[in-house]
Amino acid sequence: MTVLNAVIQGIMLGGFYALLATGLSLIFGVMRIINLAHGSLAVLGAFLAWWVVDKTGISPFLALIPALVVMFGVGYALQLGMLERSLRSGPLIPLLTTFGLAVVVDNALLGVFTPDVRSLGGPAGKVTIASWAITDQIAVSAIGMLILGVAAAVLLGLHFFLARTGMGRSMRATAQDPDTAELVGVDSRAVYARAVGIATATAALAGFFLAVRAVVEPSSGPTQLIFAFEAVVIGGFGSLWGTLVGGLILGVAQTLGALVDPHYANLGGHLVFLAVLAFRGRGIFEARGVST
Amino acid sequence: MSLLSVEQLDVRHGLLKAVRDVSFSINEGEILALVGANGAGKTTLMRAIAGAHRPAGGRVVLDGRDVTHMSAHKRVRAGLALVPEGRRLFAELTVEENLLVAAASGRSGEWSVGTVMEAFPLLKPLRTKRAATLSGGEQQATAIGRALMTNPRVLLLDEVSLGLAPVAVETVYRSLQTLIEGRSTIVLVEQDLRRALRVAGRVICMLEGKIVLEGSTAELSIEEITEAYFGLKSRQQIGGGSGP
Amino acid sequence: MGTAPVGGVRPNVQRWTRLSRAFVGSVVGVAVLLAFVPVTLSANVTQKLTAFFILVMLATMWNALAGYGGLVSVGQQAYIGIGAYGTVWLAHQGVSPYPAMMLATLFSGVVAVVFSFLLLRLRGGQFAIATWVVAEVFRVVVSLDKGLGAGTGISLIELNRYDLAQRQAYTYWLTLFCAVALMAALFVLLRSRLGASLQAIRDDEDAAASVGVRVLWGKRVLYVFAGLGCGAVGATMLANTLFIQPNSVFGVNWMAFAIFMVLVGGLGTIEGPVIGAAALFLIQDWFSDLGVWYLIGLGVVAILFALLLPRGVWGTIEGRFGIQLMPVGYRVRGLLKREGRGASATEGGDPPRPADAEDQQAAEK
Repeated sequence: MTVLNAVIQGIMLGGFYALLATGLSLIFGVMRIINLAHGSLAVLGAFLAWWVVDKTGISPFLALIPALVVMFGVGYALQLGMLERSLRSGPLIPLLTTFGLAVVVDNALLGVFTPDVRSLGGPAGKVTIASWAITDQIAVSAIGMLILGVAAAVLLGLHFFLARTGMGRSMRATAQDPDTAELVGVDSRAVYARAVGIATATAALAGFFLAVRAVVEPSSGPTQLIFAFEAVVIGGFGSLWGTLVGGLILGVAQTLGALVDPHYANLGGHLVFLAVLAFRGRGIFEARGVST
Repeated sequence: MSLLSVEQLDVRHGLLKAVRDVSFSINEGEILALVGANGAGKTTLMRAIAGAHRPAGGRVVLDGRDVTHMSAHKRVRAGLALVPEGRRLFAELTVEENLLVAAASGRSGEWSVGTVMEAFPLLKPLRTKRAATLSGGEQQATAIGRALMTNPRVLLLDEVSLGLAPVAVETVYRSLQTLIEGRSTIVLVEQDLRRALRVAGRVICMLEGKIVLEGSTAELSIEEITEAYFGLKSRQQIGGGSGP
Repeated sequence: MGTAPVGGVRPNVQRWTRLSRAFVGSVVGVAVLLAFVPVTLSANVTQKLTAFFILVMLATMWNALAGYGGLVSVGQQAYIGIGAYGTVWLAHQGVSPYPAMMLATLFSGVVAVVFSFLLLRLRGGQFAIATWVVAEVFRVVVSLDKGLGAGTGISLIELNRYDLAQRQAYTYWLTLFCAVALMAALFVLLRSRLGASLQAIRDDEDAAASVGVRVLWGKRVLYVFAGLGCGAVGATMLANTLFIQPNSVFGVNWMAFAIFMVLVGGLGTIEGPVIGAAALFLIQDWFSDLGVWYLIGLGVVAILFALLLPRGVWGTIEGRFGIQLMPVGYRVRGLLKREGRGASATEGGDPPRPADAEDQQAAEK
């Protein structure tokens, strides 16, 4: 029973990881860049929402809206200002600049907000603590279900965007062949900027939910990056549904690890990640370009 | 006034000068054939005109506008479309999606998915097939259709017969017939000299980055063009072996 | 090296120039002089130089991976930690502190061999984050070990058997030795056949493999070398600062420093990391009380260098003036009847421009 409970909790945790990993997967699928600042941007989004709540007292779910809009803009600007240049200079430079960005964001958050942890769980109200008991040993939390639902909705939305809309088609075309995309009238700069904007906004969304279901602190960035990356690797780079599966597997691995010993939670995830790497060398749904 | 004119264009690949001081112009409704051996600079020239390759010097003028520093996608919106060498379809997208991507460039005109299908009937049953699964001829048709979806004023065709079986080439050119007869403005790179001369009104021959012969297809003989193609004439004039 | 005549001219392939011979000679001289520092200069200078050498080692190791192997690692702190905590563990077992440091360094190399089988299956950003994950695993495991001080940290109390002056001197000599040995080893490695393959791998892995370069072997050698070197960084750092904590030893800030030093100094050059280390050392001395703003500054400068001056200070100097102080490449002279910068690939009689020197350097490196 406790194992079953752990699995169920793991699935809900996995929903969070899937949401967190979506942006990382999208940027890689479209631009072949691993954004080492992804985790830090997620945390930045969380702090932004927290700051709005702190200053205005409105519900976190309302504060989320301006936070998402701003973070989309941050991503857009990031692409045009920094990543675009990095892309042109070879495969090493994007890694170095995004790493530098992570250092800057993490330390800027530290400087502005102090090292104290923050949470949005309180202001979010009942949803943070509500749960439904399925049996006397298994409970499903409202927030867990909400995050899982949001993750599924975001992935579905992204799938629809990519498969059915003009912008999404342009994005898929640019991901496969940016040179030819330009030759048929696609503004590849705008496509990339949109992709990074979307990725950053979804990262911020995940950061927000991290603050709601737990806590965030300025130094949380790197850890979130690692989780996002592990989810993407387990599921396979470039496939959005793979990211979902990877997230779920990571979540379950962590909760099962915690069952062995509470300190081993993260370790469980790391071990599964290393195992996937050892035995497959790549993920479960490896794909070229951005596939849905 | 000419619809497209290229003035003293210089294009480099690193240190190598692939296109040297090339100038020509084309009027609306003209069909210009661009011929030359491999490595003569034809594809580089086409790509530079289309905006995929920044020139080191010179100008490209489209309908009176200097587009030399315009990015490729803006040139498409201005009415210049290139069907690249090797087709370069979006492999994971379907035929229809390949066409629709180009429609996003927002130019209005007679070309839509429906009319492209009419012009290339072989594509009709292939609408939802992934481009990677198509045969060479089908891919070429899709690539041309994709360029047409941008409703271009000038169409650049780079080696549409490359790698295709003769039958497929026939099919492609038959579909192009409607364009050719319909007063479209086309620059056509073609290895098959006879076909190029049959289709085009004017011809330009390139050798080692320079234009070595230019004239109307009615006046020039195939022998003259062949000589220019291989640089035979210039070798006779200089006398002795040419450079490296 | 046999060179066949080309167009009637026999090209002369050189590895050294007068300048580089003079430079390497003086470097050896300086290293010898440096050995006398603890007995001639103050304790403050000794300790500062030790810290500087540690930075040089870190920068050189990171550069070895990224600049010569094309492998961006953000997880070398794993080996820094193994070097430091390995020393502590060995000292607990009764091994004398300084030998323990050497052993811990070797042990880092062994661990690097093991993990290379896993990590080298990846490339690019995937490799980068995977190295970070490995470092995290080590961090977590060590933080849970009470015997190693767990989360609070631990000191190398076994060093108390030496008085302060002795300890500083021994630490200095060990650090100097490690730094010189590692740099010399890297120099020799790069001048060897393996070195040429490494540069081929860095420039185009698939092309290199297609001409028979043993890509995996080359990368593995580099990765193990860097792991060993970072182990030395950890061990000497422990000796210099005495107290360590898992979060700082296994922290990713080390990588921020490494990246800063190498980007500023010059990626893919031997001299670059030393310049970068000097820059960081000075900046640390002047600005470290600014706390987070200092790190933000480092990050911004690193980004600016990456975008605007990716070859770093030394790389740009080398490119512009065609100077090579530590020669790892080959120069072909006398192919064209032109004085100065040797052969260049332009056609049609264009005079050589600075770009030619760059292309030639690129061909050499």
